[in-house]
Amino acid sequence: FQVITGGHYDVDCRLEDPDGAVLYKEMKKQYDSFTFTASRNGTYKFCFSNEFSTFTHKTVYFDFQVGEDPPLFPSENRVTALTQMESACVSIHEALKSVIDYQTHFRLREAQGRSRAEDLNTRVAYWSIGEAIILLVVSIGQVFLLKSFFSDKRTTTTRVGS
Amino acid sequence: VGSERGHRGCRGDGGSGPGPTPCPPRRCPPGNYRTQLWDKQSESFLPSTPGLGMHVEVKDPDGKVVLSRQYGSEGRFTFTSHTPGEHQICLHSNSTRMALFAGGKLRVHLDIQVGEHTNNYPEIAAKDKLTELQLRARQLLDQVEQIQKEQNYQRYREERFRMTSESTNQRVLWWSIAQTIILILTGIWQMRHLKSFFEAKKLV
Repeated sequence: FQVITGGHYDVDCRLEDPDGAVLYKEMKKQYDSFTFTASRNGTYKFCFSNEFSTFTHKTVYFDFQVGEDPPLFPSENRVTALTQMESACVSIHEALKSVIDYQTHFRLREAQGRSRAEDLNTRVAYWSIGEAIILLVVSIGQVFLLKSFFSDKRTTTTRVGS
Repeated sequence: VGSERGHRGCRGDGGSGPGPTPCPPRRCPPGNYRTQLWDKQSESFLPSTPGLGMHVEVKDPDGKVVLSRQYGSEGRFTFTSHTPGEHQICLHSNSTRMALFAGGKLRVHLDIQVGEHTNNYPEIAAKDKLTELQLRARQLLDQVEQIQKEQNYQRYREERFRMTSESTNQRVLWWSIAQTIILILTGIWQMRHLKSFFEAKKLV
């Protein structure tokens, strides 16, 4: 699993077997991968939790693979060893699988960067608008404040440095 | 995508298993689901839930609704999309009876098929009458096609990113110029206003 968006990009994760025994439990992890052999049949549960976060939502990517790839052929005629061509095909297949894994990783990184950039964009936009408004308010306020120093009281010839 | 008590399971980014996956335009993964309702008396999930309706809604990366249909308690759905990127698949039940409140739970089995590893190769071999080597070559071709599609998607993303960067650059430039002008104008206005004020007060 990997956390894509939100806060510090971390999440709690827990994995339980059908009896409720905890197989894997980690708090506040950004990404991890876990392999295990199932000891019995049943429903295994995994749970992601964001309870520790006050108000950020998280998006979590996860995938799981159960067992090996299904064999290409029904195993009735699998008595001879693989020919050279066939074993070449098998190794290309495995290499391509790892290429696809790397692509997934890269795609997740891109999604993560994009969401961070969009969040930054919104924050900068609001900040700039707020700053411009404050600028105007402060400069107009300064003038009227200064004027009010001189309006109410009888003024002596106090020099006003500015 | 699980549903408990609130009977609304959402925000599953569509893709292989769950997870954001670029959807090649015009050909999108079929999904199928099955629901089971919790039975308090027997303390287990009933094998099927007749009469429960599930509403499936799919949104494409731009937020446009691509599929919005009502299905029964089990169903298959497919959709086509023309934009690559993260889709959202949302399943929610609209049943008000069926005791889904106060301790009710609904278990949803969801299967979304994407990618070459969901192809059924023995079936393909039988249908097209392929030898073993041809079948292996076909599998490798499918994998390579998937890699190509992903690379296309990354190229599209890079292009979008470049356009966004350039537009941001422009906007920052104009904004800085505008802000400097505002600053200067405000300063000038302040000086003139105060000057005329002091002159009126006969202080200068």
